[in-house]
Amino acid sequence: MPGRNMQEPGKRSHNDGSVKTAPQLCSTTSKATVLSVLRASAGVNSLHTFTDEEELLRDSVRRFANDVIGPRVRDMDENENMDPAVIKALFEQGLMGIETSADHGGSESSFTSAIIAIEELAKVDPSVSVLCDVHNTLVNTVFRTYATEAQKDQYLPQLSDSRLGSFCLSEAASGSDAFALQTRAELKGDHYVLNGSKMWITNSYEASIFLVFATVDASKGYKGITCFIVEKDMGVQIAKKEQKLGIRASSTCTLNFDDVKVPIENVLGGPEAIGKGYKVAIEILNEGRIGIAAQMIGLAQGAFDKSVAYAFQRKQFGKAIGEFQGMGFQFAEVATEIEAAKLLTYNAARRKEEGRSFTKEAAMAKYYSSVVAQKAAGSAIEWAGGVGFTRESGIEKYWRDSKIGAIYEGTSNIQLNTIAKFIQKEYS
Amino acid sequence: MRPTLVNQLRILVPVKRCVDYAVKIRVNPQQTGIDTTVKHSMNPFDEIAVEEAVRLRERNKASIQSIQVVTIGPPKSSETLRTALAMGADSAIHVETAEGAEQQMPEPLGVAKALRAAVDLVIMGKQAIDDDACQTGQVLAGLLGWGQATFASRVVVSEDEKSVSVLREVDGGAEEIRVRLPAIITTDLRYVFFSKPRYASLPNIMKAKKKPIEKLTPQELSVDLTPSFQVLKVAEPPVRKGGSKVANVDELVSKLKEAGFA
Repeated sequence: MPGRNMQEPGKRSHNDGSVKTAPQLCSTTSKATVLSVLRASAGVNSLHTFTDEEELLRDSVRRFANDVIGPRVRDMDENENMDPAVIKALFEQGLMGIETSADHGGSESSFTSAIIAIEELAKVDPSVSVLCDVHNTLVNTVFRTYATEAQKDQYLPQLSDSRLGSFCLSEAASGSDAFALQTRAELKGDHYVLNGSKMWITNSYEASIFLVFATVDASKGYKGITCFIVEKDMGVQIAKKEQKLGIRASSTCTLNFDDVKVPIENVLGGPEAIGKGYKVAIEILNEGRIGIAAQMIGLAQGAFDKSVAYAFQRKQFGKAIGEFQGMGFQFAEVATEIEAAKLLTYNAARRKEEGRSFTKEAAMAKYYSSVVAQKAAGSAIEWAGGVGFTRESGIEKYWRDSKIGAIYEGTSNIQLNTIAKFIQKEYS
Repeated sequence: MRPTLVNQLRILVPVKRCVDYAVKIRVNPQQTGIDTTVKHSMNPFDEIAVEEAVRLRERNKASIQSIQVVTIGPPKSSETLRTALAMGADSAIHVETAEGAEQQMPEPLGVAKALRAAVDLVIMGKQAIDDDACQTGQVLAGLLGWGQATFASRVVVSEDEKSVSVLREVDGGAEEIRVRLPAIITTDLRYVFFSKPRYASLPNIMKAKKKPIEKLTPQELSVDLTPSFQVLKVAEPPVRKGGSKVANVDELVSKLKEAGFA
């Protein structure tokens, strides 16, 4: 057949889903549109630009979240328990190895794909979202970036397939001051013996692979900190599961390490990486920040969607309450803040993908998204009135879930500190 | 030892990009059609058709040679093809129509004429949710001279791959018929009750990137898609006014006469 042409895979699409070629443009659209599309193809795109795969993923995760997770959200929250069926479904959808290479059983997608998945999950349940976020942006990325080839070959496939990971840095006496950690690792021949305790550890109840930061030499300060790959059956004990205000289905536990034997091969990154664990911690938390920002913008949008939809159904004084100007102004303000938070988040993600520095932008995104999430969720309750205050509506849950955004993976004060340092460097 | 089956079935699944089922439909200001600047997605019945084709292959790997999807529509319709590829189809054909001809969607006869291809089994949605025509499958069967099994809720390929046994939704309930291949099957909603169409998993989305999409034009297929209908006007239904209760049949008849219906 004459004139057949194959479409290029992975062509960039615009927000309206159109993929245009030059000849088609000239025949059917105006010159102004042609110019704008050509400029876009040259690489100067709005932050609403996603690849075809990213758009497909967003659609797919959105439907999956609504159908599979949606019906379970309330029970998981009331019972403070993550339904194992949800974790299994996340693995089956390929959402637990988003950036991992196909050789290691992953989906080999972009960082922004992970951000999109985390955002869409959070619109339905921020607890499930943080489970996916910690597993992908902390645990998987640490393995991909710092592990030896042998460690990657052994653990990445398992992490993509069925085993949940957990990131263990914080302790009772060291949160923001992470390097003051006290868990010790003593070398005894062909293995290390870990003693100590970790606190506030996400995913720990369901995880079987733990990245544990311990010091091999307390006298060296932070230069003794080393990252160990610890499997559950090496002796990790769950000492306490916290009962929390929000993200209740996400397990947050205190872990005890009591003479836990870790083979020397399980020092992450091999022998050269001993004492370099602090680097892993700092660098990885930068990326993780963008993941939390994604969780917060998803949360904000989820609360907004539920409440505003209700406001246009609920009638008082003869019309839908959403139609009153006062309500409209509030919707507009919150929608603007959510959009700003989204753009901060997408921009930080794209900067990271481009290999540009993104520490300041990630801190801004995380800090601002957590503020916006709180406000949006709080407003969502008020817009829905008494109904918004009931647990049955699912609206108040977003507000309880949002509070943690300002606390974990770097408190808001720490984020402000980070941003301030950049400003100081620039202006003084 | 079983002889290897020489006949492997080639399945074609036509899909259509429609306004998403959850969108609130509004008439456009010109009153020529509906507002199409809204979210679009694959026709839900076509999703079921794709799902059934993929499941048929999962159940009888040896019998199915290939699953190809095809769409007839403007450039944006390629996203629908990508979704089908991510669900498990092997390759796609995009018969491209001009951008902006959305108000004049290809009609069932034109679509049916364009779809004749080297296949053994065509599985398609029973109707599209935008026009609800429910004609394309039947017309295609007529044009090709093939058997048809419409409103299917279950399809089983026979062992010798020469026929399919189909459970159809009919007014009285369900009937089971056997149709010789090649044949046209149109899928109904009840497939969904046997478990929903799959979500495109991320690994499959990434694999779909490498699957080929062939582009064709209606001219190359010697098909004229000029509509034979012209839409004169589209308007919203009038706002529903309240009714009233009547005491007996006589009152009902007199009210009907007053309103000019009797």
